[in-house]
Amino acid sequence: MGKNNQTFLFLLAILILIFPWAVGNNYFLMVLNVAALNFIVVIGLNLLMGYAGQISLGQGAFFGLGAYLTAIFTVTLGLPLWPAMGLSLLITALVAYIIGVPTLKLEGHYLVMATLGFNVITYILSIQLEPVTGGPSGFAGIPRLQIGGLILDSDKKMYFLLWAVSLLVFILSLNLIHSRVGRALAALSHNEIVAKCAGIPTENYKIKIFVFSAFLASLAGALYAHYFTFISPGTFSFFYSIQVVTMVLVGGIGSLWGSLCGAILLTVLPELLHPVKEYNVLIYGLILMLVLVFFPRGLLPVLVDTLGKKKV
Amino acid sequence: MTFTVQFLQFLISGLTTGSTYALIAIGFSLIHNATGIVNFAQGEFVMLGGMFMITFYTFSHLPMIVSFILTLISVAAVGFLLEYGPIRRAKSKDILILVMITVGASITIKGLSMIIWGKNPLNLPPFSGEDPFLLGGAAVMPQSLWIFGLTLGMVFSLHYFLKNTMLGKAMRAVAASRRSALLTGIPVNRMILLSFTISGALGAAAGIMLTPITTTSYDVGAMLGLKGFSAAILGGYGSMPGAVLGGLLLGVFESLSAGFISSEYKDVVAFLILLIILFFKPSGLLGQGKIKRV
Amino acid sequence: MEIKKLTRRFGGLEALQELSLNFQAQKIAAIIGPNGAGKTTLLNAISGLYPADEGEIYFFGQSISQLPPHQIAQLGINRTFQQVQLFPNLNVLENVMVGLHPRTKSGFLSGLFHLPRARAEERWIRKQAEEALAFFGLLTKADWPATSLSMAEQKKVEMARALANEPKLLMLDEPVAGLNLREMEAMAATLLKLKEKGQTIVLVEHNMDLVMSIADWVIVLNHGTKIAEGVPAEVQRNERVIAAYLGSG
Repeated sequence: MGKNNQTFLFLLAILILIFPWAVGNNYFLMVLNVAALNFIVVIGLNLLMGYAGQISLGQGAFFGLGAYLTAIFTVTLGLPLWPAMGLSLLITALVAYIIGVPTLKLEGHYLVMATLGFNVITYILSIQLEPVTGGPSGFAGIPRLQIGGLILDSDKKMYFLLWAVSLLVFILSLNLIHSRVGRALAALSHNEIVAKCAGIPTENYKIKIFVFSAFLASLAGALYAHYFTFISPGTFSFFYSIQVVTMVLVGGIGSLWGSLCGAILLTVLPELLHPVKEYNVLIYGLILMLVLVFFPRGLLPVLVDTLGKKKV
Repeated sequence: MTFTVQFLQFLISGLTTGSTYALIAIGFSLIHNATGIVNFAQGEFVMLGGMFMITFYTFSHLPMIVSFILTLISVAAVGFLLEYGPIRRAKSKDILILVMITVGASITIKGLSMIIWGKNPLNLPPFSGEDPFLLGGAAVMPQSLWIFGLTLGMVFSLHYFLKNTMLGKAMRAVAASRRSALLTGIPVNRMILLSFTISGALGAAAGIMLTPITTTSYDVGAMLGLKGFSAAILGGYGSMPGAVLGGLLLGVFESLSAGFISSEYKDVVAFLILLIILFFKPSGLLGQGKIKRV
Repeated sequence: MEIKKLTRRFGGLEALQELSLNFQAQKIAAIIGPNGAGKTTLLNAISGLYPADEGEIYFFGQSISQLPPHQIAQLGINRTFQQVQLFPNLNVLENVMVGLHPRTKSGFLSGLFHLPRARAEERWIRKQAEEALAFFGLLTKADWPATSLSMAEQKKVEMARALANEPKLLMLDEPVAGLNLREMEAMAATLLKLKEKGQTIVLVEHNMDLVMSIADWVIVLNHGTKIAEGVPAEVQRNERVIAAYLGSG
């Protein structure tokens, strides 16, 4: 994947390890934990947007699906933890496949609307199917994660797990981008017809990337469920789907490092905006439009360019 | 109530909401035909229609017709600003980006509405009273007649405008082929601006008519937009008669399933229809086959 | 390749009308005709970009008329486009590497986990692409952004991409459009060199000099039908062809 990436990844890993010792405050750790979860979702979405040229407004639904399914499997059905999570992820991937097949065959932006609709529907279902999901009051009592005998019941313990997982996902995705498939995806995201004539099975790849992005979102959702032990329909919200899309755009479509910045920045921002919560939605909308109108390639490339100029 | 009467009841209420869906669908089609963009803010135009109407009529006590016209103008202005501002100034002309800008706009509008009008649902009184009259045993609200009439009027005016006026024909030219339109000297940018403005007005009309029946709040935009979009797809994206047909059918399907199956999941119907159409006949019922299987 | 009675309609217009023709292996065939004759439509139909409304296309005996474009490419039919279509988000070498996609296999999982099999295949792909670029003398510009090259160079990269797949049939859409005289002569020489190596080529062209100098067989289309075919000298003298170009067409 290139020496540069490897060096930066190493530095990142070190930063991640040091952080808890430098800043012991649990609140910051929790915020970063949520950032890690968002990062996982954003990577998946960025691969979809940057490399398959498709937008999904339904990552919130897949996130929530991962969360609710694992909650139901572990609490209601009493299944063991890790198999339950695995099953939730598989089922969500299957659902994504079902949505993806008809919509990705078509040229144009049907996936956007289909995923938006899916998000709205899952939200309604999570509220209406009260006996199963706990309705508007949510689902509590979800067991914490356990590795061997170690129960992950603190922000610090979860910090290491979550960032380890997101680092792993990051590395795998960088691998993918620099592989034959990644190149094919880059080609198809720019010009699908020419890519087809070069022999790339574009439909197939688009579907696979969409399913992968849904898989990652549901992974984040499941981890979220076992971290906070309580979930509610708000987890599914359409607004979350918008937030992750904004994170991708702010960081720069196609740039996974940008996604890291976008995820962290836009996870921390609402925390800073707590005192003016009513303005949350408005500010997100404005940020989204600002970035899209003036920085369509994202903030990170702009930052890199300006820093580059300074060196020269 | 006998089955027929119930059916008639649901049919009429379905056609009522369906008419508003039709207006929303036409709004989508207008912009998409002119630019290729799916305008996510369309649903917000509808919401704003209700909100502005409430502000002018209920809060400022202006006469109903004046409020109606002012609302149409206000929301048309919003549509105008959306195109003249972010869409036109965008550094990237990539359709993906432009679509996302409309998403951003819809969020911004929603956020602003939340601040201006608060989070609680707001209501409008029906145009001419609440007493239903009987039609074949089913109770018909006078509001429904208003909605049918106004929708019909707007659809015909729009049709006339597009077919018989210079401006309308210019818009159709842009929709058919932007390049040819440019070459024949048509100010494409102005036509696009016009399409956004008219869509704003159409959305507002839908919102004004819908609010007395369903109340409105800052967050109804997304769902209504989705339904309008489904209606447009159902009827055949890009086709005006398709939008009308799709809207009416969607309204009826929704109403019938809410009445006979369950009203909790009413909103699911729109999405299910969307998926089914995409699965089996993506070009819609009256589709012109514009949708390409890649 | 054999094309039988191929028909393709757009709206009410028949862009290709019951077209029947053959392409011989290891020869250069040229398709000419006035604008709108259906030449590019023919290439698009062969590429599988739209299914034929009527008629069949056979490739080595196999019917390909209903196959999707990527499968047709995998069978060994590759092409270039009238307006050079490189991927601007990839550099020159990577553009050519894309052409090798059908000859390789590593999928998602081996890509994700950077498996040894995938790594070996990547090295092979890179080598093949470099050789293809070297044939066109562009190896030194391998890591340049694709769109920073001159038009002639970009056309070569596009051809390299198509050739990397070692296609049994190479289709070129106006390979010398926009080139100056010197570049055109170089392209003609390159095409002849390719033919010597056994490559079957079909080209669509407007430039008569090129066609007359290198084509073994010429097919003339007008309004979607074949109005003449034969060796260049014959076709040049054919009255219907002259009429088509001069006036009525």
